[in-house]
Amino acid sequence: MAQEFWRWKESAWHDESMDPSKAQIITAGCDVGSVSSQAVIMLDGQLYAFANMRTGSDSPNSANNVMNWALKDLTLKLEDIHYIIGTGYGRVNVPFAHRAITEISCHARGGNFMYGPTVRTILDMGGQDCKAIRCDDKGKVTAFLMNDKCAAGTGRGMEVMADLLSVPIEDVGEMSLDVEEEPPPVSSTCVIFAKSEATGLLRKGWPKKKVLAAYCAAMAHRVVTLLERMGVEKDFAITGGIGKNVGVVRRIEKELGVTALTPKIDSQIAGALGAALFAKAVVEKERRG
Amino acid sequence: MQANYGYKDGSGEFYITIDTDKCNGCAKCIEACPPKVLEMIVNDYDEEVVAVSDAQRQKIKYACAPCKPMTGPRELPCVKVCEPGAIAHSW
Repeated sequence: MAQEFWRWKESAWHDESMDPSKAQIITAGCDVGSVSSQAVIMLDGQLYAFANMRTGSDSPNSANNVMNWALKDLTLKLEDIHYIIGTGYGRVNVPFAHRAITEISCHARGGNFMYGPTVRTILDMGGQDCKAIRCDDKGKVTAFLMNDKCAAGTGRGMEVMADLLSVPIEDVGEMSLDVEEEPPPVSSTCVIFAKSEATGLLRKGWPKKKVLAAYCAAMAHRVVTLLERMGVEKDFAITGGIGKNVGVVRRIEKELGVTALTPKIDSQIAGALGAALFAKAVVEKERRG
Repeated sequence: MQANYGYKDGSGEFYITIDTDKCNGCAKCIEACPPKVLEMIVNDYDEEVVAVSDAQRQKIKYACAPCKPMTGPRELPCVKVCEPGAIAHSW
């Protein structure tokens, strides 16, 4: 049976010590991305539960699936949640959301929560897009730049490489760092070109680790040019799935000359988390009257 | 907020930047643009500002090309008509 190398591990989590019946404001965010979807539930602005799974081809159902998974082991029901905001590429397809907000604003807000008020520049490396976001100490966007036309610098690009080399995508980062000398990067202009080049390198006898190193270097270079177009201000942090790829992260840090803040929460939930926080602000405003 | 709309692909890098702090919502740029690249939106912070439309965002290289001749003087109608100077093109 063919192994699917691009398939990363889906997850759901909740904090057993928290009690929703005691919460004043219960909010949720649902981020339906082109590759992955997340649902985040917060009690009074504290992270209570989340789920992270592949969006798949049935986008309208992705929101329902991921939210149901987040709620699965909880006493909380969907109708108990005071306000829900949808975000991401498929934000119009979140049937239970009260409002939709762009993922740029949500990543800034979520990044501010995850990394703290010192974060000023966030790089979101998503499934099919790449975003550079500048924000203030409250997580409000002051500048953004997104590229969603091109797979280079995105999860899809990494999936192509993992598939070509038959390496599970979660192992790519560590493997790419296991090289004695940094090889020259492959094309950073286009994933199709990079894939052709990688095939050539394998034929030349390059070991997989070396090819992965060359590709991670190309991806890092690509996103660094995106960041530099917008300007980088410290502190710098990375959200999105590729934030978990140490091979790309280390190379970005090296080329930028800036260390990224370490996440204590799964970097993929930043969008949904930001959405849940926006939802809390809406409820608070409504209650103030 | 510096809102950068556009893309980078195999053929190059093309971004239109709207400074939403400077944009006063007068909509003169929307009228001045022949292919209707620009539109008015209410953004996530409830500000009424100009943005590049979703329909045109991924092809502004081609949409904006008629205003950017290879030779001769270049005057972008959107930039010219914007009094606060909120619009900039990267190419």
